[in-house]
Amino acid sequence: MWVVPTIPPALYLMLSGVLFTIGVIGALTRRNAIVVFMCIELMLNAVNLTFITLSHFLRSMDGVIFAFFVMAVAAAEAAVGLAIFVLIYRSRETINVDEINLLKW
Amino acid sequence: MLDYIWLIPAFPAIGFLLNGFLGKRYPKSVVGWVACSALGLSFLTSILVFFELLGMAPAERHFEKVIFDWVVSGSFQTVIGYQIDPLSILMALVVSGVSFFIHIYSVGYMHDDPGYPRYFTYLNLFVFMMLNLVLANNFLLMFVGWEGVGLCSYLLIGFWFEKDSAANAGKKAFVVNRVGDFGFLLGMFLLFTSLGKHGIWTLHFSEVFANAHLLDPTTVTAITLLFFVGACGKSAQIPLYVWLPDAMEGPTPVSSLIHAATMVTAGVYMIARCNVLYSMAPVSMMIVAIVGVATALYTASIGICQNDIKKVLAYSTISQLGYMFLGVGVGAFSAGIFHLMTHAFFKGLLFLGAGSVMHALSGELDMRKMGGLRKKTPVTFWTFFFATMAIAGIPGLSGFFSKDEILWQAFSSPHGYWLLWAVAALAAGMTAFYMFRALFMTFWGECRAEEHVKHHIHESPKIMTFPLMILAVLSVIGGYIGVPHVLGGANHIHEFLAPVLGGGAEPAKAHAAVALLSQAWASGGEGGASSATLEYVLMAVSVAIAFIGIGMAYLFYVKNPALPKSAAEKLNGLYRLVFNKYYVDEIYQLLFINSLKNLGTGLWRGFDEFIIDGTVNGIAYLFGWLSNAMRRMQTGLVQNYAFSMVIGGVILAGYYVVRAIFY
Repeated sequence: MWVVPTIPPALYLMLSGVLFTIGVIGALTRRNAIVVFMCIELMLNAVNLTFITLSHFLRSMDGVIFAFFVMAVAAAEAAVGLAIFVLIYRSRETINVDEINLLKW
Repeated sequence: MLDYIWLIPAFPAIGFLLNGFLGKRYPKSVVGWVACSALGLSFLTSILVFFELLGMAPAERHFEKVIFDWVVSGSFQTVIGYQIDPLSILMALVVSGVSFFIHIYSVGYMHDDPGYPRYFTYLNLFVFMMLNLVLANNFLLMFVGWEGVGLCSYLLIGFWFEKDSAANAGKKAFVVNRVGDFGFLLGMFLLFTSLGKHGIWTLHFSEVFANAHLLDPTTVTAITLLFFVGACGKSAQIPLYVWLPDAMEGPTPVSSLIHAATMVTAGVYMIARCNVLYSMAPVSMMIVAIVGVATALYTASIGICQNDIKKVLAYSTISQLGYMFLGVGVGAFSAGIFHLMTHAFFKGLLFLGAGSVMHALSGELDMRKMGGLRKKTPVTFWTFFFATMAIAGIPGLSGFFSKDEILWQAFSSPHGYWLLWAVAALAAGMTAFYMFRALFMTFWGECRAEEHVKHHIHESPKIMTFPLMILAVLSVIGGYIGVPHVLGGANHIHEFLAPVLGGGAEPAKAHAAVALLSQAWASGGEGGASSATLEYVLMAVSVAIAFIGIGMAYLFYVKNPALPKSAAEKLNGLYRLVFNKYYVDEIYQLLFINSLKNLGTGLWRGFDEFIIDGTVNGIAYLFGWLSNAMRRMQTGLVQNYAFSMVIGGVILAGYYVVRAIFY
């Protein structure tokens, strides 16, 4: 048995923050809808990481349960989102988000 | 029988409902039959009630029948209730009787009109309202009738509403009447509140009059003057008379019924009904008398120069109403009501006669295109002749007795003054002149009608001549119920009305103006014998004046038909002034109508369009502009939305972070 070195919670949280920020920047700046989507997944998982970390260190199962919920929602969202992309691609032959701008004033 | 007095107005109401809802479904003959029988039954009921009333002791001739509670509010309550006393039954008899005959006449006169059911519907409604007016036992119900007859007058003047002039005349009548009604309403409010100050919240006639002594003289004067404004509107007195001549646009039987016999006399009735109040206000009485006599003279002078036969009769009606107001104004209430009754007979007849003439001449109204109808339409001629004699005051006919009673009272009553008598006598001479002028121009001389009209001049059918004959008989004998004592009569009508209207003019109250007015006469007012002599002398004078008027009419229009023209040329300015009715319509147009129109236009443009519309539209524009600016935020780009979400999140998080750090 080797001893897992104890990683302080701050590091987990910092990793989570970095991942979340990357996700945000990606979601705001990338044009390809799939990539935007992946960035959103990244943000969700960053949040999941926070949940798990705090759950572990606070010795509470609440965070874990939330993480499951987030995963379930993310899976459902992925299914719906990808279906939408397929349909948009069929009609407009692009999934660049800056070209999908008909719903405006 | 007295318990069934509500039947008197109920029959016309039933006729109104039947004809109003079903009139178009069933044939014309049924419509006429329903309308006439409704009136006939109503007339019959009035007669029965009248005789029952005659059988009672004079002091007990008062009966009230409450149908149901109308307004019950705190200590105030008003009922729908009818009252029978000598005054109201007399009015009911005149109204239902004359209406009955005019309904019969209308069946013939309106026979070919497409609006036949509508006509009889309105006519029945009118009679219902008029009977409400005269039979009501409180001011509020009387006011309902008052407004109702105004409405029917409007509807019937504008009966041929396709014609612009008819529609406008109806509108004019309605608007001018509103002015008067407003005065009446204010008077009612004032009466109500000032009696209320004494703890008596009522508009019930008998209660009001029993408690009238509680009111102070100024208030009574104000109330009676406001009521008189109402009477001026409804009864076409100066200055509100302008609607009546225009009202001749309506069908002729309507002019006869509403604008001669019944509705326009409502003001006289109202003043007679309120005689208790008027007797307390000598100033109001004086004003009533002066307005009355001024109207009598003024409109008689206009009547002289009119060429339209109905217009002559219209001005004559206003003039005769002036006499009635003179009568009630000098405290001779029963004389005023007496003249109201005889006037209903002979003026109703004159209008029906004019209608018959129009019928013969294919609707011609201009007397210059008439003439020579004496032989061709004998019944119309003879009835018209008797009515003309009656209105001119030929001794022995109804108009003589009633008019002379008023003239005598104007001279001799404590409220009277010789000048009132002199002006009224002069107006009587003018009346004789213009009425015989109309008679001569219509029935004497050569026929001046156009050729194609001339061919089918014919007497009216029996259904129209029958009412003419009945009314002619009434015009001749109607006066014998009021033969004055000096002529050996008993003056039944005066006695009959005495329980309501008092035994005669009350002694003048100590009032400066009245004292001044009667001063001139006071010196001459000795005892009985010389008073009777005086009455004979005055009677002779007024008869002489009437004959002078007739003689002049004969001279001008039969003997020497060229004379009127040369006289008109000699007095060109005066003639033009009178011919154009003293330009009163034009002056009113200038003074009231235009200024009100300008005010209305100003309010419309300035207040309504600028301020009201401006506020509403301004708010709408403001939000329109705001949302126009804001909608640019909706770019349609998902990432913009996401970005604003992030900003929002950052701000929110930042707030909590900052708060955590600093507090």
